[in-house]
Amino acid sequence: MIKKLFAKCCRTILLIVCKLVTGVQARWYSPPCDAVTIYYANHTSHLDGLVIWSSFPKKLRKLVHPVVAKDYWEKNSLKKFIAIEVFNSVLINRHTNTHENPLQPLIATLEKQQSLILFPEGTRGNGEQIVDFKSGLYHLAKQFPHIHFVPVYLNNLNRVLPKGSKLVVPIICSAIFGSAISPLHENESKADFLLRAKQALKDLI
Amino acid sequence: MILNDTNMQLILGCIFSLLFVASLTGLLLKKFKLNTHNRKTIENLNQRINAWWVMSIVLLIAILIGTVGTLVLFVFISFCALRECITITPTQLADHQALFWCFFIFLPLQYLLIGLKCYQIFVIFIPVFVFLFIATRVAINGDTVDFLGRVAKIQWSMMIAVYCISYIPALLLLNNDGDQAKNFKLIIFLVIVVEISDVLQYIFGKLLGKHAIVPKLSPNKTMEGFVGGILSASCIGMSLWWITPFNFWQAGFISILMTLLGFCGGLCMSAIKRDRGIKDFGNIIDGHGGMMDRIDSLCFVAPIYFQIMYNFLG
Repeated sequence: MIKKLFAKCCRTILLIVCKLVTGVQARWYSPPCDAVTIYYANHTSHLDGLVIWSSFPKKLRKLVHPVVAKDYWEKNSLKKFIAIEVFNSVLINRHTNTHENPLQPLIATLEKQQSLILFPEGTRGNGEQIVDFKSGLYHLAKQFPHIHFVPVYLNNLNRVLPKGSKLVVPIICSAIFGSAISPLHENESKADFLLRAKQALKDLI
Repeated sequence: MILNDTNMQLILGCIFSLLFVASLTGLLLKKFKLNTHNRKTIENLNQRINAWWVMSIVLLIAILIGTVGTLVLFVFISFCALRECITITPTQLADHQALFWCFFIFLPLQYLLIGLKCYQIFVIFIPVFVFLFIATRVAINGDTVDFLGRVAKIQWSMMIAVYCISYIPALLLLNNDGDQAKNFKLIIFLVIVVEISDVLQYIFGKLLGKHAIVPKLSPNKTMEGFVGGILSASCIGMSLWWITPFNFWQAGFISILMTLLGFCGGLCMSAIKRDRGIKDFGNIIDGHGGMMDRIDSLCFVAPIYFQIMYNFLG
């Protein structure tokens, strides 16, 4: 109970800080809806997930879960608290060596009819170019043919909190939510689908 | 209590009746059936009027709270303005630490110096100490590509968004017979004359404007708007002599000076926007654009207005 209340306070504070620092204004090509969707974005900063999450209308925020790296966000209890309690994140194991499917927690969330925020580049870039996507997006598209894939282009966030820096500088950012890309075609190869998804994201620039 | 001052009550009454009339006019204009082009202009006009309500009420609340409220409001204004300036400036990774200092240390410190009434330090803090610090901090990172240009952009942003704007709450430092209400009236006088000059230049320009003053820079700044706006705003300033420590003619002279300086501010900010290829600095205020778009004229007026008052009132 206290933990929940504390998480709620943290959420409110982080939302205000996020608004002050990034002044973010979301642009939607098609209005947000509660259909099960994977929002995939370019990744340049630790604030990316927060910015996308804060762009959603309040009602939808409960239903959208950022996917974050387990090895980073489980490092200490504060990070873990922020990731799990505050943002309801789904933790993904980037370095699996066992037989278990690393996408299992994502699949479980989608099966509960809830949406995900995903950074298919796998790691933070320098903000200048978008690197090739990891294959997770394709496997999810194959397993869930009816969910939407919406590209989200984040601009300027690498200037707010660049990789390797702990200092935040206030700069106005934008989050552009594109239209959903068409579902995985029959016979479409993994490489083709990932390239198509990446191009849809690039087209928003 | 500031509101006990009769002149203060009168000027606030004037401001809010003016806004009321403006809102009423906007509402009536909206009722008329107009073509699409006009409708857009009217919509923008109504947005602007609504934003003026919000801005007036926020300023009023800050003044009612007193010195601290006013300082906090201007910290926020400077923060938003600086954020807009840095956003449109293509800063590099090597500028990151210097920018952090600007936002989270120098900006609050400048206003703290005003709050602590350190006149001697606050006037040189940014143009001397911060100026040198920014260059040094950027140099330490070793990225020398366009060094002078990058440093100058950050320094300019600090000057216009923080230093110049901080002169407005600095008016509260003035002695003015130990009567703080008089200082608040000086702030109100400054803001009314400069902003009304902006509005009148815009209106005269829209109605009569033909000959652009600097066509390459801004087609909206016309000779007709300039003359009409400055003369009418100065007359309004002159007729408000009773909230200033001046007589009728002195108030008129200062108003002309203020409106001219305000025009210079608007012109320079337009040059920056034109160079960066943007229309507005941001979109924080509905209908007006960014914070910097609203305070661009005030930036150039405030420091000189303060110096005049400082020498006049001691």
